[in-house]
Amino acid sequence: MIKDITIGQFFPGDSVIHKLDPRFKIIFTLVYIIAVFLANSLLAYTMVAVFVFGSIFLSRIPVKHTLRGLKSVLFIIAFTALFNLFLTEGEPLFSIGPVTATKEGLRMTLLMIARVFFLIIGTTLLTFTTSPIMLTDGIESLLKPFAKIGLPAHELAMMMTIALRFIPTLIEETDKIMKAQTARGADFESGNLFQRAKNFVPLLVPLFISAFRRADELATAMECRCYHGGQNRTRMRVLKAGSRDVFAAITVFAFCGLIVWTRLG
Amino acid sequence: MKECIRLEQVSHIYMPDSPFEKKSLDQVSFSVETGEFLGIIGHTGSGKSTLIQMFNGLLHPTSGTVYVNGCELHQSKESRKNARRSVGMVFQYPEYQLFEETVYRDIAFGPQNLGLSPEEVKRNVLEAAEIVELPEAVLEKSPFDLSGGQKRRAAIAGVLAMKPEILVLDEPVAGLDPKARTRVLEQINRLHQTTGLTVIMVSHSMEDVAKYAKRIVVMNEGRVAYHDTPREIFQHRKEIEQMGLSVPQVSKLVQQLKEKGFDVDPYAVTVEEAAKTILMCMEKKQ
Amino acid sequence: MIEVKNVSFSYNQEDKTTEVLKNMSLTVNQGEFLVILGRNGSGKSTLAKLLNAVLVPDSGTVTVMGMDTKDEQHLFDIRACVGMVFQNPDNQIVASVVEEDVAFAPENLGVPSGEIKKRVEESLKAVGMSHYRKHAPHLLSGGQKQRVAIAGVLAMNPECIVLDEPTAMLDPIGRLDVLKTVQKLNREEGMTVVLITHHMEEAVEADRVVVVHHGEIVKSGSPREIFSNVNEMKEMGLAVPQVTELAHELIGQGVTLRNDVLTEEELLEELLPLLEESR
Repeated sequence: MIKDITIGQFFPGDSVIHKLDPRFKIIFTLVYIIAVFLANSLLAYTMVAVFVFGSIFLSRIPVKHTLRGLKSVLFIIAFTALFNLFLTEGEPLFSIGPVTATKEGLRMTLLMIARVFFLIIGTTLLTFTTSPIMLTDGIESLLKPFAKIGLPAHELAMMMTIALRFIPTLIEETDKIMKAQTARGADFESGNLFQRAKNFVPLLVPLFISAFRRADELATAMECRCYHGGQNRTRMRVLKAGSRDVFAAITVFAFCGLIVWTRLG
Repeated sequence: MKECIRLEQVSHIYMPDSPFEKKSLDQVSFSVETGEFLGIIGHTGSGKSTLIQMFNGLLHPTSGTVYVNGCELHQSKESRKNARRSVGMVFQYPEYQLFEETVYRDIAFGPQNLGLSPEEVKRNVLEAAEIVELPEAVLEKSPFDLSGGQKRRAAIAGVLAMKPEILVLDEPVAGLDPKARTRVLEQINRLHQTTGLTVIMVSHSMEDVAKYAKRIVVMNEGRVAYHDTPREIFQHRKEIEQMGLSVPQVSKLVQQLKEKGFDVDPYAVTVEEAAKTILMCMEKKQ
Repeated sequence: MIEVKNVSFSYNQEDKTTEVLKNMSLTVNQGEFLVILGRNGSGKSTLAKLLNAVLVPDSGTVTVMGMDTKDEQHLFDIRACVGMVFQNPDNQIVASVVEEDVAFAPENLGVPSGEIKKRVEESLKAVGMSHYRKHAPHLLSGGQKQRVAIAGVLAMNPECIVLDEPTAMLDPIGRLDVLKTVQKLNREEGMTVVLITHHMEEAVEADRVVVVHHGEIVKSGSPREIFSNVNEMKEMGLAVPQVTELAHELIGQGVTLRNDVLTEEELLEELLPLLEESR
């Protein structure tokens, strides 16, 4: 059932990684992404592997969970890998029919697989160890300086908060309406593409109407609780960076420096 | 009496093999007779919502069998399709499923899906609208312009227009005010009495169930705790209250009178019955 | 505390105007438990929204602790003073963690962080939801969600709570839960409560009941006075407790009884001597 989908795959815990300031974690992830793109040698990738698996180990999240995120992109990886393998020009390695695999192709393929692999497990580690709320807080706080140039930092964060709150409710609602219409003989499973799209009208119309009604009621309820945008708003939880975060920052930047060094050398 | 729905040892596990695993039905067996008005009561989480979704194959039992009109429901797609046709299902807050431009077209959605001819569809829609007392002028309105009570009745008509043999209603009057409640319940009851339609009604309200249902199934923790007439069931006042349910006020009253040694009918469950038995008791002695 | 004076209000929809409240006057006294009864569409929800300046009257005035709700300067003072809880618990919880949601209002009011924490803790304690502070609201039962919504309002330190059909979507256990919580707040904390409902069981223990019908206050009095008029209540499409109806029925058959019983204990007390006599 559609209800079973889990969103925001956060694994509660209290490891050092969990306890890091979310703002730092977001920056670390960005630095890490840059590092992965810079890495182009076996040595560099060994370093990336040591770094990311070290972090996973510290987070005490089972490795097999972090690998689960790869499943969804497996097809894309395989597809682009084949493209790279056969369509890159260079020294021929072997041929199947009209297409020929090349040595350069093989190198590109391996590089690409390694990149996607490390990008995905690195970024899932962020969502695994940071609750959606902390993530939102972190993003809001990081974007705050840009508010001066007109970036609606608070509004974005508020939107994320509300989205997180209502996704499960709307999924449940979809499930309910789907069942009710099925009982009235609606068919969501057969027919061609056009028919199927048409069959979804009895689901989508009530869903939109209900979403608008909820939005309307929520707006009134928020007004009643004195909501008036981000001005003069305080927060219950104030993000504070500690020595742990500084230490982690040194480690991450040292790692990034090492990757840069592998390219220079 | 012929039976139309039979459950044999039906169990259902919600989200098996996950941290949210929950047994929502546990070895449930009972049957519904053709033409009866059955009440199902139980507090939230007692399994009653899961139970009714078994009746037309919206949910599959993890183990056990469901028969509708003698057909095993989970055997083939065909039998499920037949079951959806013979079992009409009105969910909680059914007005949230309205979607068409006019009330008429919304009510027609079900019969059209059954592949009926335009004349049959029209006849069914008008009949259903009449049962729930929606005047023809309302049929051309947008369903979203109706009052709360009218929306509810339009949604119920959408199910009635499919001409089910068995009508299942999950809390049909939740959220309505007293007058609208009585109106909807009376309409359902009239339909039941004039056409012999089998009605299965899930409710929190003991008063409503006691007034209309001939038999009641009390669900508790995924099991059938009682399956009997209202009069018999409300004798188990203590047990029912322990399940987080309440018995009607008048029922409590006559039972207390009986316990005090007065010759009243302890089975009275409605205001009329209670008044009658108390008056009888007074007159007899004079 | 709240003074509604000669208030009229209409909704304008396309070309037609619907008058919802007609020249209505009502006073809410400090510390009282006031129940507003009425059918759906009687104007009771509009009345609620007028009490904390979500709506302002077309004519007449609403004053909260001496502040006119038309005065924009006092908008947040009024809203913090009169907290509002709505019918659908799902559509008033903003955050995906209970304590975050309770903190929402004080955050909006610019309360310092330490003070917010204290208020959140106290509010959750007052509604008996302290254990659930880290829970996700969508996994709670209806009654629990509604208690979280009440805590969210309490965190503003209001003088008065207005609840607009808070139990309409709940099961009997949830309903009792919410009602007990509100009664406790009223009795133990002296909170002024305005409860809008069409469940007469919830009105039985009120200090005062006001019946709204077609945008007008048609009756006002103690629950006993209100419910003793069984026929009148039924004509307005409202119900009375089953035992009150039973007593009424018996009186109609010539039995001499008090006509204002509200609970089964009271009726039992009335009936026992009568039955005893005829034994």
